[in-house]
Amino acid sequence: MYAIETTNLTKKYKTLTAVNNLNLKVEKGKIFGLLGPNGAGKSTILSMLCTIVNPTSGSAIVNGYDIIKDSAKVRQSIGIVFQSISVDDRLTARENLRFHAMLYDVPSKIMGGRIREVLQLVGLTDRADSLVRTFSGGMVRRLEMARGLLHNPEILFLDEPTIGLDPQTREHIWDYIRTLAEKEKLTIIMTTHYMDEADLLCNDIAIIDHGIIKIRDTPEKLKSLLAGDNIIVRTKFPDQLATGLSGQDYILQMQASHDTLSLNVKQGSMNAVQIINIAQDLHIAVDSIDIEEPTLHDVFLHHTGKQIREEGEDNFISMYKRKRRGR
Amino acid sequence: MRKELRGIYSIWLREIIKFYRERIHFASAMTTPFLWLIIFGGGMGINLRTGVITSGYNEFIFPGIVGMTLLFTSMRSGISVIWDREFGFLKEILVSPISRTSIVIGKALGGATNALLQGTLLLLLSFIVGVHISPMNIIRIIPIMLLISLGFDCFGLFIASIIDSFEGFQTIMSFIIMPTFFLSGALFPLTNAPGWLQTLSSLNPMTYGVDAIRGIIINESQYSLNFDILVLLVFSSVMLFITSWIFNEKK
Repeated sequence: MYAIETTNLTKKYKTLTAVNNLNLKVEKGKIFGLLGPNGAGKSTILSMLCTIVNPTSGSAIVNGYDIIKDSAKVRQSIGIVFQSISVDDRLTARENLRFHAMLYDVPSKIMGGRIREVLQLVGLTDRADSLVRTFSGGMVRRLEMARGLLHNPEILFLDEPTIGLDPQTREHIWDYIRTLAEKEKLTIIMTTHYMDEADLLCNDIAIIDHGIIKIRDTPEKLKSLLAGDNIIVRTKFPDQLATGLSGQDYILQMQASHDTLSLNVKQGSMNAVQIINIAQDLHIAVDSIDIEEPTLHDVFLHHTGKQIREEGEDNFISMYKRKRRGR
Repeated sequence: MRKELRGIYSIWLREIIKFYRERIHFASAMTTPFLWLIIFGGGMGINLRTGVITSGYNEFIFPGIVGMTLLFTSMRSGISVIWDREFGFLKEILVSPISRTSIVIGKALGGATNALLQGTLLLLLSFIVGVHISPMNIIRIIPIMLLISLGFDCFGLFIASIIDSFEGFQTIMSFIIMPTFFLSGALFPLTNAPGWLQTLSSLNPMTYGVDAIRGIIINESQYSLNFDILVLLVFSSVMLFITSWIFNEKK
């Protein structure tokens, strides 16, 4: 059984199609990452899976429950950490957790122990009885993760878990996420627009843009695409050259058009010589050859046609500060 | 069912913890009714001798001021939904397995508890302005205050769930609160009022709340106590129903 299974899941807002006929299956026990630029539809997918928003059409099964017919059961079986803050900063950490435990009907007998356990897990034991308004951004995030886990969910949803946090705090959060996945045997579904974050944490990644999944694979596979260099060979006979080059183990990907052959090749500058040699053996004239070393962002660019923007990075903190002041 | 009750309890408890932490607001909220009673009641009462008000003026307006306190506190408690939405906490509540109806009940009970505390304190302090209420009558008034508060709490929650800014909420509130107060017979008897005013008042649920409390305190009322309670019950139920329905609507 899959943790998540969607069938033609679609969400339309007036003229905008945020999610378009999404068919997605995620196996249990994975750390699945939805990677995409802002506005790609990541959060909308998450909102539908968490039953906050109803789909326009299509359906989804989460933990075996239908998101529309059995939304209460879906909610009971998932934990969520939202992109923006959702703890009550006028309550203490422990009070926030107790409130959550009661809403999710965690039995009173085990409630206190379970609260101590999750606080321990995110390293907030010594701050349990402080008001949340005295917490830093990273501590708030950790508290929210602890809260998401409190009722022993089978799936934990993390929406941009490290957005707006400083690099050091981000690494801490990553450590916690890894620990949680191991200790609690969870399926984790996370969205992110950080390539390194997806790479480090996830073992299953889907790149999404305009509400459509562009590519889905393990980070190793995606990285192997990254690991290669792009070589563009201009020639009048790209198809013949492609046939001649097939079977060379340093070639990861090949695509011929009418006068070019685009290749993705390991150690491009070294193997470019090989490619020219083979072309000469086949008596295929090569007009020119270009070698490009791709960056992380290039792969993304390749699949989405746009740069991943870093905007919104400060939103989390500045919004938090502003609201604290305003209160 | 047990789950839902526990959910209602937890939502109520959170409201109570917050009231307790912000108890200075409670004290400031208690000054308004006394300003009305001492200054307005004191100033007006001397100059007012009509055949309709047989008791002292302060005794006449006291139920109205109790009603006003309940009205203000209840309606304003709806703002907690806007706070929660603004600070993101509403999401935590909305994604929980608790039904939306339970959320509304928990919130309304939280607001009602606060209003009820203020109302009861006002009744206990009534001797300060020369109004005497027997302990038995205080106990009889409490359930009526609860009904009034619940109804207007749900009304406040309803407004808060369709308006999403503080400014909007405040504006709408002043448009609703003042007419509701003035048209409730809180400050003057409605029996001699012009026809249009009587009609508007009879459509105002607050009229029946004030009438019920006044009936108990000074034995002067326009409607029977049972009829007053019936109207308040219908009002609270309808408000609860509408507000739950609005909360259930997903974007």
